Amino acid sequence: MNWLDIIVQGILVGGFYALFATGLSLMFGVMRLVNLAHGDFIVLAAFAALAIIQHFGINPLACLILIIPLMAVLGYLLQRLLLNRTLGKDVLPPLLVTFGLSIVIQNALLLTFSADSQKLPLGNLTTESVSLLPGLNIGLYPLAVLIIAAAVIGTLQIFLYKTPLGAAIRATSDDSTTIRLMGIDNRHIFGLATALAFAVAGLAGVLMGGYTNFSPASGPQNLLFGFEAIIIGGLGNLWGTLLGGMVLGVAQAIGAEINPGYQVLAGHIAFLAILLAAPRGLFPRMAG
Amino acid sequence: MLLQTKSLTAFYGDFQALFGIDLTIEPGELIGLIGANGAGKTTLLRAITGLLPTGGEKVFFNGADIGGMRAENRVRLGIAMVPEGRKLFPSLSVEENLNLGAASGRAGIWTLARIFKLFPILEERRHSPATKLSGGQQQMVAIGRALMANPTLLLCDEISLGLAPIVIAEVYKALPAIRESGTAIIVVEQDIAQVMRIADRLYCLREGRVVLQGAAKSMDRHEIAKAYFGALA
Amino acid sequence: MSRNFALAYAAVLFACAALPLLGDNSTRQLGIEFAATLTLATLWNLLAGYAGIVSIGQQAYVGLGGYVMFALAVFTGMPVLLALPLAGLACGLIAIPAGRLVFRLRGPHFAIGTWVLAEVFRLFFAQISTLGGGSGMSLPIMSILAISHSRPHRLLLFYAFAATLALGTNLLVYLLLRSRFGLGLTAIRDAEPAAASLGVDVMWLKRIVYIGVAAFTGLAGALIFLQNIRISPDAAFSVNDWTANIIFIVVIGGIGRIEGPFIGCLVFFTFRAAFANFGPWYLIGLGALAILIMLLQPKGIAGLLHGLLSRSRKLTLR
Repeated sequence: MNWLDIIVQGILVGGFYALFATGLSLMFGVMRLVNLAHGDFIVLAAFAALAIIQHFGINPLACLILIIPLMAVLGYLLQRLLLNRTLGKDVLPPLLVTFGLSIVIQNALLLTFSADSQKLPLGNLTTESVSLLPGLNIGLYPLAVLIIAAAVIGTLQIFLYKTPLGAAIRATSDDSTTIRLMGIDNRHIFGLATALAFAVAGLAGVLMGGYTNFSPASGPQNLLFGFEAIIIGGLGNLWGTLLGGMVLGVAQAIGAEINPGYQVLAGHIAFLAILLAAPRGLFPRMAG
Repeated sequence: MLLQTKSLTAFYGDFQALFGIDLTIEPGELIGLIGANGAGKTTLLRAITGLLPTGGEKVFFNGADIGGMRAENRVRLGIAMVPEGRKLFPSLSVEENLNLGAASGRAGIWTLARIFKLFPILEERRHSPATKLSGGQQQMVAIGRALMANPTLLLCDEISLGLAPIVIAEVYKALPAIRESGTAIIVVEQDIAQVMRIADRLYCLREGRVVLQGAAKSMDRHEIAKAYFGALA
Repeated sequence: MSRNFALAYAAVLFACAALPLLGDNSTRQLGIEFAATLTLATLWNLLAGYAGIVSIGQQAYVGLGGYVMFALAVFTGMPVLLALPLAGLACGLIAIPAGRLVFRLRGPHFAIGTWVLAEVFRLFFAQISTLGGGSGMSLPIMSILAISHSRPHRLLLFYAFAATLALGTNLLVYLLLRSRFGLGLTAIRDAEPAAASLGVDVMWLKRIVYIGVAAFTGLAGALIFLQNIRISPDAAFSVNDWTANIIFIVVIGGIGRIEGPFIGCLVFFTFRAAFANFGPWYLIGLGALAILIMLLQPKGIAGLLHGLLSRSRKLTLR
C-alpha cells in the first residue's frame, strides 16, 4: 500500500466535502436549521449547469457566472418564503419541510433529466496530474478545488469577522430577537445566510459535476458527506470543516484501497469512531 | 406627546398580560415604571418596541399609529431599548456591539466617540468580547448600544439588575447626560427609591394594569407600597 | 384521551382488521402491507410525536430485522415463529450500542446521525456474500414450505401476524401513555428542561424508548421481508420506503395523536392506489403535500378533526 499516495488522494477529495459542508454549516450556524435537501440543491446546480451547457454550449466553468448568483437568489427566496416559517422551538418542521423538499427535487430532476448518470464535460481538465514523487500523482483539478475551498472559507471568515454585515450575521446567530432592536430585520439576515449557503452549494455542484458522475438520486450522499465533515471537524468552525473533509477523504481512500466496495463505508465508520471518541469533533470552536 | 398608549392589551398566546394600559410620555420626560415581578413591565416595553405585536389603534408615536410596525422599523423612528438582562451579542466585541446599535442609520449626537466619553472604561476594553466584561460594564455597553441608535425615546429595562449598589450609582450617573440630549426615557426599576430620585412621573403596574400614576415628587411611599402589593400591604 | 374515544378507535381497528380475513389473496397481501406500515408509523409516532426523538434512520432496524430473520432461516433452519421475535430481539440489542452513538448528537444532527447508521448497515450487508451481497437473496424454498404448503394459507398466517403486531403495537402505545412511564414521556415532549428539573431521567427514558421501538421495528421488518420472500440491501434499508413514506403518513395523519398513524395510512394507501401510476409526479405530490401540511396544519388530519369536534362541542353546550 502506497500510504503517502492514499493520504494525499484523501486530502485532495477533502476540498469537495468541505464545499458540500460549508453551506450546511452556515445555515446551521446562523439559524440552527439543517437543510436535509442541501445535497439535492448541490445536484440541482450540477443539472442546471448541464442544461445551460447543452443549450448554449458554453464551458462548464463559465456557467458558474450564472449558477452562483441564480443559486443565491433561489436560496434567499426559499428562506424568506418557506423556511422562515419553519423556524421556532420545534425541531420537527424544518426537518420535515426540507425532507419533503429533498423528495420533490429528486423527482423533479428525474422527470426533467431521466435517471441516467451525468457528468459535466470538462475534457482533459479533470485528469491532468502532476507527479511529485514516483507513485505519487497529484490531480490538478482536485488540488484546484481544495485551494478554492480554502479560499471560499477564508473569504467567508473575512466577511463574517471584518465587515459590518458579517457582524450583523454573527449577532443574529447569537440572538435573532435582539438584532431587531438594532433596526435589522432578522428575516432578511436569515435570507442572506441561505443565499450565501446556496451560492457555495452552486459552486460545489458545478465543481463536483465536472469531476464525478451525478444523478437525481446523488443528493443524499452529498448531504451525508458534508454532515460528516462538519461533525468530524467540529461544529461552528469552518476551518475545522475543511480538515474534517480531509479526514473523511483519507478514511475513504484507505477503505477503497482495502476493497473498492468499502470506500463509503470506511468514511461512515471513521465518522462514527470520531463521534464515539471525540463527540465534539476534532477542532471544536477554534478561534478565528 | 411623544408616545401614547390607548387601552393597550397584550397576550402571550392565550394568556393576557396587559389589560388596557393608558400611558403617555412627553419629549424629554423621564418616566419610572415600577411593579412587582410579573406585573407586566417588561411586557409593556416589548409592546412599545414592537417585539410583542399589539394590533392597531393602541400605540401612537409622535401622533402616528405604529401598531402594525415591526420592531426593526420602530428603531428607525427613534425608539430604542436596553433589554432586560442586557442581551449583548457574545460573539461580538464591545466595539462591534456598539456599532451594531447604529445599524438603523439614524443621525444624531451619539457616536462611538461620544459613548466612549460617557463610559471611558469601555474604550479601554473596546476589543474585548462583550460578555467578558463585568456586569456593570456590560450594562454600560447595553446602554451605549441603544444610544447609538440616537433615539428620541429610550426604554431601560431593569438596568440595575444584578449589580452592586456602587455600580448601580455609576450606571445611573449616565442618565442625566442622556436626558440633556433631549431623549425621553422610560425606566423600569425594582429599586423604588432610585426611581423616585430621578423620575418626573411614575406609573405603577400590578397584574397587567396601571394601579397608580402621578408626579414622582407628590407620591407618598405608603400609597406606592399599597399600589405595588395590593390591598394586603 | 377519553376512554370512549379509545374504545371507538379500537373498534374501528378491529373492524378493519377483520376485513382482509374475508377477502382474497390480493386483499390479504394489501392487508399485510397496511398492517406492517401501520406498525412502523405507530412506532415512529411514539418516537417523534411522544418522546421527541426525531429519527430518519429507522430503516436501519427494518432492514436489520429482515436480514437477521433471513440469516436465521438460511443458517439454522429455525421455524419462522421463532425467528421473527428473535429478529426483533436482535434489533433491540443492537440498538443499545447504536443508541449510545447517535445520542451523542442533538436535534437535527441526531436525525442525520441515525441516517448514517442506517447507511452503515446497508453497506455492511451489501458486503456479506452469504446473504446475497449487493443483489440480495431469496428465502430458501424449504423455509417457505415449512410455514405452509398453500399460498393462501401462508398469506392468512402472515396477515394474522401483521394484524396482531399492528393492533398490539397500538395497544402497547396506548397503555404506555397512560402509565407513569408515559407521563414522563409527555413531560419530555412538552417541556424537556422542566421535566428534567422535576427528576424525570430524560436520557434514560429516551434510550429505553429508542431501544424498544428498534425491537418492534425490527420485528415488523422481519415480517415484511418474510412475506416478500426476497431481501436486498437497497430494499431493506431504503430511506424512501421506510422513513420518507412513514414520516409523511404520521405527519399527514396527525403526529402525537394515537389515531394519527391509522388516518395517515388510510390517506397514503388511497393516494397510492389512485396516483402511483404517475411515478415521480406522485412522489412530488406527496412531498409537496407533506410540506403544506407541516406549514398550514402541523397537527395533521387528526388535529383538524379534534379541533372541529371540540368546537362543535362548545357550540352544543350553549
